[in-house]
This record gives sequence, C-alpha cells and structure tokens, in this order.
Amino acid sequence: MAEYNKSEAELEAVFQQKIDSEQKIEPKDWMPEAYRKNLIRQMSQHAHSEVIGMQPEGNFITRAPSLRRKTVLLSKVQDEGGHGLYLYSATETLGIARSELIAALQSGEAKYASIFNYPAQTWGDMGAIGWLVDGAAIVNQVSLQRTSYGPYSRGMIRICKEESFHQRQGYVIMMELAKGTPEQKQMAQDSLNRFYWPALMMFGPHDSESAHSAKSMKWKIKRETNDDLRQKFIDQTAPQIAYLGLEHPDKDLVWNEEKGQHDSGEIDWEEFYAVINGNGHSNRQRIQHHVKAHEEGAWVRDAMSAYKQKKSQRKINADTAA
Amino acid sequence: MTSSTETVSTQDIIDYATRLGDDAIVIGHRLSEWVSKAPFIEEDVAIGNVSLDFLGHARMYYTYAAEVSNKQNGTDDVTEDTFAYLRDERQFQNHLLHELHKGDFAYTTARQLLVDVYNKYFLEQLEKSNDATLAAIAMKASKESKYHCRRSKDWTLRLGDGTSESHERMQVALNDIWGYTHELFELDELEQRLVDAGVAVDCTTLKADWLKEVTAIIEEATLTVPDQDWAVRGGRQGYHTEHLGHLLTEMQFVHRSFPGAKW
Repeated sequence: MAEYNKSEAELEAVFQQKIDSEQKIEPKDWMPEAYRKNLIRQMSQHAHSEVIGMQPEGNFITRAPSLRRKTVLLSKVQDEGGHGLYLYSATETLGIARSELIAALQSGEAKYASIFNYPAQTWGDMGAIGWLVDGAAIVNQVSLQRTSYGPYSRGMIRICKEESFHQRQGYVIMMELAKGTPEQKQMAQDSLNRFYWPALMMFGPHDSESAHSAKSMKWKIKRETNDDLRQKFIDQTAPQIAYLGLEHPDKDLVWNEEKGQHDSGEIDWEEFYAVINGNGHSNRQRIQHHVKAHEEGAWVRDAMSAYKQKKSQRKINADTAA
Repeated sequence: MTSSTETVSTQDIIDYATRLGDDAIVIGHRLSEWVSKAPFIEEDVAIGNVSLDFLGHARMYYTYAAEVSNKQNGTDDVTEDTFAYLRDERQFQNHLLHELHKGDFAYTTARQLLVDVYNKYFLEQLEKSNDATLAAIAMKASKESKYHCRRSKDWTLRLGDGTSESHERMQVALNDIWGYTHELFELDELEQRLVDAGVAVDCTTLKADWLKEVTAIIEEATLTVPDQDWAVRGGRQGYHTEHLGHLLTEMQFVHRSFPGAKW
C-alpha cells in the first residue's frame, strides 16, 4: 500500500483533505492518533451514557401507572441497551475492546452524560427525561449523523430513528399529565422545572470554555458547536412548553426578533461542574449499580465460556473418533 | 371439547381470562426487574424482549376480560388496567411459580424453563378453545412461547453444564422452585366447568409431555430433576406467597395514588 511510503505529515494532509471534502474516515484508513483517541473518548462516552441512562428510567418500569405506559417505557429502555451495543461495536472498530471500555467506565476514567446523575423521582420525570433529555440528545445526534468517522455516522443515523420515538413517548407522557388532574399537572411542572436546566447543560460548556471543541470541529467529529446546538434546543422547546400550558422555567427567556431566536437566562455552571465532579444525587449509585450487575454476572459469563469450550472440545473428540 | 360456549357463564370467562392475565403480568413484571441488572447488555435487551412478550399477553387477556365484563354489566369503564392495578393480593389468581422473587440469574433461568415449556403445551391446547378470542390470543402467544423455550433451554444447558458454580446455582434453584410446579397441572371447579364447555385447557393432560421435555433438558444440562414429593398450592385461590404483595405494592403505587387519573 502506498501509505507506507508517505511521511506522517503527508498522511495527515491526505487525511485532512478527505475530511475537508466530506469523505468518511473508515476503520482501516490512516488516522492521527489524537483523532482516534478523541473518537474513542466521545463514542465510548456516548455508549456509556446509553447504558447508564437505562437506570433512571429502569427505576420506573416496575411502577409505570398503566400497562400501556409500562410496555412503552420498557421498549424504550431496551432500545437504549441496543444503542449502547451499536456504539460499543462502533468504538471497537478503533481497536479497543468493550471490556476495556467498561473497565474505564467503572474506574471513573471514562465519563457518561452527567444528566443521569440526577435522580428520577416521579412518573413525571419519565416524561421529562424522554422529552427533554432524549430531545437534547437528538439535537446533538442529528448533527452527528454527519460526523467524519463512518461507523459512528452510520450508528447515529440508525439511533436517531429510534430516538425520535423516545422523545415522542416522553412528550406524550407530559401531555397526558398536563391535561390531567391538577395533581398531575403539578407533577409535570415539577419535572420540567427539575430537568430543563440540566438538559441545557447536556450540550456542554460554552464554546469559549470547551476543552475538546476546536480540534473536534476541525476533524468534523463535531459538526456544530455546543452553543449552536443548545440554541436549537432552546428554540424548539419553548413552543412545546407553551403547548403543554406549563410555565417556562427560564424567567429571562424572550424572543429576539432581530436574531430570530430566543435570548435566555444564564445556566448555573457551578451546579454543572459540581454534578460532573461527583456531587450529583446519583453519581456513586449509578456506577455502583453498574459494577454490582457486572460482578454478579461474572459467574454467568464464566459459565458461558466454559460451556462453549466444552462443546467445541466434544465436537473435536467426536470428529477424531469418527 | 364437545359442548358449546352458549352454556358458559360470562363471569367464568372473565375469571379465566383474568387469571391467565395474572400469570402473564406477574412473570412479565418479574422479568422486567432485570433491566439494567443483567450479566451483559445483550441479556438486558433479551430479557426485556421476553418481558415485553408477557406484558403483551397480559394485556390481551385483560382486555378481553374487560370487554366481556363491560358487556355483561353495561359499563364502559373497565379496562386492562382495572385488573392489573386495582385488585389486591387475595384477588390475584396467578400460579405461585410466577410470583416467586427474581433471585439470581440461575433462579430466573430455572423458573423460566419450567414456565416456558408449560406455556408451550398450554397455548397449543388453548389454540383449540371454542372461545374464538382466547384461541386467537393463544395463536399469537404461542409463537413467542416457542422462542422462549429455545432461549430457556440454551441457558439451562450453559449454566447447568458450565462451571461448577453455575451448575450448583442451577441445581439449588431447581430444588427451590420445583415444589411450585405441581399446581400448574391441577383444575379447580371454575376451570373444570370451562374444560367441560370446551373453553379452557385441561392442564391435567399436559403434565406428561411437560415432565418429559423438562427432564430431558435438565438431564442434558447434567442437572437432576428434584424430588416430586414437595408441593405448594394455592395461586388460583388467591392464597399467595409473601412475594406477591410486594410486587403489587410497587406495581400499583403510582396508579393508585391518583384515583381516576389517565396516563
């Protein structure tokens, strides 16, 4: 292959040219080590978020208030497991094993979306999580469908289709609550109040503060900046809140005719960093839950491989005897 | 199955569909407790699937019970949720096997093997019911049940014939669960009336096939079929283990906290 004759600088130039001309980078293509690392960080964080995200909603499957809602919620949480699987597989194309990724999650070296460190307390939270958390995730993921790494981009296209069902199920929950009894409407308002700001924080720090943004934009791993994506979400959510007849949690939100978008209040970044740094209600619980399930499953995984080995040994023995 | 359904009391049909719904909802709920706790993510997804199948069966049985009930009483407010959320422990009539706690993965696997093989034979017979709705539900559920059986068999073989620890856990689970299987093959008066009318399955006839199939799987998995002389009964009469009350408490809490609310 011609690649072996090229210097690092020449390879990097070819790589960047591919990116600039909107070609996808595929697993076997040459890529800078920092690009690979950056992708592993972002994709595995995304995979972990899907898997850890099963917990707050899993917490309400057994309490869902109707059989229909129970079925829909269970399907949704199951999809998240499926998304985790696609994303782990896509990350493995970068030459790292799922077991290494999971070990990094459990040691705290790898992150997951900080939103899942907030506790799910009421049925209304199932609505708010689906509507706002999945809604914010979709805004980001729609943009990531055009990401430069092929397996990630294709995974996102598939995931986006299911995510829009997730967001709708959340919004349907909110609609039922908002038009329900006064207690139900109060439940919806309370969940909106608690999840609105954390959902805005999901887009990450302001562009001026974001550690990974510049390089990720140049490599087209990220296609739009944190603040641009957040603005889209703010703009799409405002009329949805109005439709529900709920109060907007941001008292400073006003429509700016000139810009054609909303001006909004400032996010409490102290809270953002406090939760990221471990002070959320559920940070420790989420990881401990994951570790516990993983450890309790160890004997099952061992049994599986022992059985597989015995089976192939028996086949060898039978073939030899025959 | 000779006589016609014309002689069958609609209350009997409601009660029968309800208890079949109870079996499905209770086991479906138990399986859903595994989500995010399975040994690896593929299993979270797979157990979720099986759980969803059972929830689907429960909804079909309960919806049918609700329709017949509304028709009988000239009402329109009885729904599938009335049965799942607004009845107490003593009113649930699921077989005890379904309500036993989640246990470890071996316990869940062992229970599921016994339930799934039972359902396979049960649904094959229910497909022949001269109640058209029950027959149609059975037709749909039966396909899923065959898949459940394959899955439970595969897991029983892996765990029984895996490591010494998995073998030991499976044997302990089978021993702890086996006593709850006997009532699966017994009829009370309600079911006897419906069997006579060609509506219900005569589950006394299923035992031989069930025992033959589970014995073959258990033995292939290098496990031992437990002693036959321990038997616990009472599910169909609402005489439950202490596990069910906690399950219902959790399942019904939100629904009951907001009487009359829609979700």
